[in-house]
This record gives sequence, structure tokens and C-alpha cells, in this order.
Amino acid sequence: MTGALPATVRPAVRSVREVRERVEAIPDPELPVIGLGDLGVVGSVAPGADGVLEVEITPTYLGCPALTAITSAVQDVLTECGHPEGRVRQVLSPPWTTDRITPEGRRKLAANGIAPPVSPAPGGAVAVELGGVPCPHCGSRATRPHLPFGPSRCQSVLWCTGCREPFPHLTAL
Amino acid sequence: MTTSSDIRADAAVVETAAVAVAVAETATETATETAADVLPSAAGTPAEAGPTDPDLAVHLLRLGDDALVLGQRLCEWITHAPTVEEDLALSNIALDLIGHARTLFTRCGRLDGSGRTEDDLAFTRSERQFTNALLTELPNGDFAVTVARQLAYTHYAVLYYEALAGCPDAELAAFGARAAKEAAFHRLHADRWTRRLGRGTPESTRRMQRGLERVWPYTRELFEEDDVVRRLAAAGTVPSPAPLHARWEQHVTGVVTGAGLTVPAPAWSAGGGRGGLHTEEFGPLIAELQSVHRQFPGGTW
Repeated sequence: MTGALPATVRPAVRSVREVRERVEAIPDPELPVIGLGDLGVVGSVAPGADGVLEVEITPTYLGCPALTAITSAVQDVLTECGHPEGRVRQVLSPPWTTDRITPEGRRKLAANGIAPPVSPAPGGAVAVELGGVPCPHCGSRATRPHLPFGPSRCQSVLWCTGCREPFPHLTAL
Repeated sequence: MTTSSDIRADAAVVETAAVAVAVAETATETATETAADVLPSAAGTPAEAGPTDPDLAVHLLRLGDDALVLGQRLCEWITHAPTVEEDLALSNIALDLIGHARTLFTRCGRLDGSGRTEDDLAFTRSERQFTNALLTELPNGDFAVTVARQLAYTHYAVLYYEALAGCPDAELAAFGARAAKEAAFHRLHADRWTRRLGRGTPESTRRMQRGLERVWPYTRELFEEDDVVRRLAAAGTVPSPAPLHARWEQHVTGVVTGAGLTVPAPAWSAGGGRGGLHTEEFGPLIAELQSVHRQFPGGTW
């Protein structure tokens, strides 16, 4: 091969801020209605000790099968943004909890039929009790646990006694 | 020779145990990339190489083998569980266990200085090189045997990982804290089924009691201590599981008696798994686990 590489092979180098925005916009493979940013799994985006751009990802669950796809998608973003040598680093501490899901992420989950996690109330009292999770279809709070293990590792299934429909619920962790 | 059960089994392996090798990459763009470049836990960067510790590597390999082998056993229930909900529950639990194994193996490969990846450790070791406790490789039996095995393991795993969460190594402590939370969810599943079967029909009570009798001689090995563990515990690197046995016994006794069942008092105790000695049924498990890797060495998809 001779001559200069086509411009598409060497994309313009984007700023760290832009890389972060694009990484945060990647849809979660298992909950594609929200992005990685709203899910709260994106940690710092900054050059590592050797100057190479690093994106920290905190897995939701250690065995989350989406992690490989997420890593690969982030790597693609790094390449597209002119940082082909960039790295994805898995970070376990501090651990991911459902509290890291943004208000916007919660709204999107509910709008798509997935009841968002119910966080502990301020002051330490736990709001999770029977009937505590509103049904994303009819809004009724007359709901009860149905299945502890749902369609993906992070979801359980609740049952609405109002509209008599099961619905997925992002289990508080 | 390929039978339909082989295909089913291979599919289960591909979907679960072999997620470790599942690296989504397009051949044209990343032809020169290896799994180590892409996997999230990839070692090899200077910051992550870290010091070696042969004892800790041995210990983490044991924990990882427990998780991988039990996860693989649970995968055998996929499409065979009593209900579709149980299919989901057992496969989700298996997925968590394989996640634990991946983290532990990756760390082990760095600590022993060999640079082996999680895939190397899962797919290229022979039967005698696996160091899981024999409990985790026991055949599934009927559903009650699987519940009994889960009961014994999950109560142990929560206690041990909670203890590990207090170790001075920040990365290992973070893993312990997260794994303990996940194992606590599995424990809830085991506790509920033990009660349901124990207090169910005369037949379910009889089978649950038989399940407990089947697995109980294998529980003591989880708490065994050898020189490796003693050195690690003495140095304050990681806790020994031995002192946790009394609390484990107290917890499982509460669940078992609450289910109207009797805690078995076996006259013998199994051992040898930590040294690579296994039960007769272990060979086929490993053969199935490694079958895809052996057919397509180095394959990624």
C-alpha cells in the first residue's frame, strides 16, 4: 500500500469531554432504552499514568454478560474519536449500585415498562415493602413480588394486582 | 459424533461458561487484536501487572474453580429445570458464579507470574489441575440434591466473601463485597426452596432430606485449612475459611430445622479436591466445559 491513508482511517482526535459524551450515549445492551451514562456505569474518562486515554467501567454484576459488548462498544468509540490506543478499565470499587441510575434513566426505564429501583428513603428507612413499587403500566401500588429472577440478571418480575399484569423491575442493589 | 444432547450441551456452554471467550469483534477491523486486548479484565498494562504471590494465586484459583465448576453444573439444568422460572433462576445464578470465576482467574494469572488469562485457566487445564472442593462438582441429582448443594455452598460463600471484603488488598476486598451481595441473593433462593420442599408433601420432604444426606459429607472440605491458607491468614493477606464453620453450621441448621428437616451427621468427610483429586463424575464435566475450546483452539466470536 502506498500513499497517504484515507481520511476515514485516521479520524480527528476528539476531546476527552466529547469521548465521555459519546461513551455515555452508548445504549446498554440489555436495557437499550437507557445509555451507559444514565445507567451509572461510566467512571472517569482520563489519561492513565502512561498518557493513554482510559475509560473506567463499573460492572453492574460481576457476571454481567453485557460487559464484553459494552467494552467492545467503548473501544469502538475510542477508535472513532481518534484514540485507537485507548483502554477500557474495569473498576470494582466503589461498587455499582442502583442508586447510580440517574433520574433521567429512571424516567426512561419507567416509560418503557421497566419499574425503576426503589431507593432507600433518606434517613435510612427502606421504602421497599410489598406494594412499594408502582406498576409502570397503570401506576397502581398494589403490586407484589412474582419472580426473583427475571429476563436479565439485574431484573426481577413483579405482579400488579390492579391491572393483573406482570412487569419487570430493576432490583435495588 | 454429535448427538442432539451434545448440541444442547454445547449451546449451554457457549452461552454461559464460555462467555469468557466471547469477544465481539469484526475480523476486518481487529484482525491483529487478541482477546487480551479487548477483555475488560485484560492484564498486561504496566499499572496492572503488580507483584506476584504464589500462595494467593493458589487460593484464588481454588475459589475460582469452586465458582466455575458449580456454575457449569447449574448450567446442566438449562431446559431441564422443573419450571421455566427455575431455568431462569439457576442460569442467572450460574452466570454470577462464572463472573466470580472470571475475576478470580484473571487475578490468579497475574499473581502466579504466568500471565495466563481467564480462558487459559478455564479451558486448558487438565482434570487434575482443577482444585475445586468436591461439593461443587457433585452431580445435580434430582432438584432437591441441587437445592441442598446450593444451600451448603451459598451459606459458605456469603460468609467467606464477606470476610474477604475486609482484606487489605483493595481490589480483592471490592470483589469480596460484591460477590457476597450476589451470593446472598443465591442463598435466599436456596433457603426458600429448602423450606418449600421440606414443608411440602411427604415425597418432597423425603427427597429434600435425602438431598441433604447426599451432599453433607462434602461440606467440611469448604472450610479446610492447609499450609497455603495458614500462611496467607497468618500474614493477614486473606482470611481462612476454617473459623467460619461454626457460624455456617448455625445458619444452615436454622434453615434446615425450620424446614422440618434434620441436619445430617455424616460418619465420613470427603476431601482431596484442593489437591486435584476428583470424583468419577468430574471428567465428563470438564470435557463438556472445554469441548468448544478443544475443537476450535484460540477461537473467538
